[in-house]
Amino acid sequence: MSDVAERVKKIIVDQLGVEEADVKDDSNFIDDLGADSLDTVELVMAFEEEFGLEIPDEEAEKITTVKIAIEHIQKALNG
Amino acid sequence: MIDLTGKTALVTGGTRGIGKAIVEALVQAGAKVVFTGSSAESAEKAMVAFAESGIHTFGLGGDVSDPEQAQKVVDLSLEYLEKIDILVNNAGITKDQLFMKMKREDWDQVMDTNLGGVFNVTKAVIKPMLKARYGRIINLGSVVGSTGNPGQVNYSASKAGLIGLSKSLAKELGGRNITCNVIAPGFIATDMTEQLPEAQKDTLISQIALGRLGEGKDIAGAVLYLASPLADYVTGTVLHVNGGMY
Repeated sequence: MSDVAERVKKIIVDQLGVEEADVKDDSNFIDDLGADSLDTVELVMAFEEEFGLEIPDEEAEKITTVKIAIEHIQKALNG
Repeated sequence: MIDLTGKTALVTGGTRGIGKAIVEALVQAGAKVVFTGSSAESAEKAMVAFAESGIHTFGLGGDVSDPEQAQKVVDLSLEYLEKIDILVNNAGITKDQLFMKMKREDWDQVMDTNLGGVFNVTKAVIKPMLKARYGRIINLGSVVGSTGNPGQVNYSASKAGLIGLSKSLAKELGGRNITCNVIAPGFIATDMTEQLPEAQKDTLISQIALGRLGEGKDIAGAVLYLASPLADYVTGTVLHVNGGMY
């Protein structure tokens, strides 16, 4: 597992108060991890802070699963 | 007495009237306060006047109806305060006119400042408040938002709108320990009410149970309450401070 993936998962665990074992690649924040819509906004804020990124609102809306978050952040960091 | 030592506050429209009284009360309660004025000059002048009466605070110029200026005001406030625990959206204007004669621009200007300004400043403050899991948002409404008033279609609509905004925000943010309430002043002796014709003032006073106009400090007291731990369980409410006029 890449460093980015680990950091993303740690943020999700902290932010949503879920068990690490429940945070799977295909976990959907709302459907699987019990997040509400404000939680998802805060998650993106936490990602922005952790990785020093700006994630525009229209991009943020697409980040619905753990996998998408990791891919998006990896892409942004490499771009 | 209410002690706000260690708390920080941003008060919009703090150079005169009710806002000035709010700034004084917050500083006296121990909070670190930044206030805004519509221009850098008015803010600076007020800051000097505050300092002369022993009120140490920091004034910034900025038109809150402009999202960019609102963001800048909040950014500078955060530099100075490091966090914003208490936001008092007080900046407001009137453009009174009978509806028949009211121009669309009188409507727009009042909406842009009284309602748009609250949107802009709150939007800029909300991320740091969410992160801090703490916030006390206090919006200044008006009795006329509930009663209506001839010549104030625009103003009363903006103040009524503020109630809907605040109740919705209270619901969105409650889970994050951020409260949002409205204080609805009645007729308070300020430059704004000074403009009213004498006859209208007399009529108004006759409608006030306590038989007098309110003072800035009457409203500041309500702000202190809502900003303090005494009001931790109060959100989405409208606190009427009007001497009993309905």
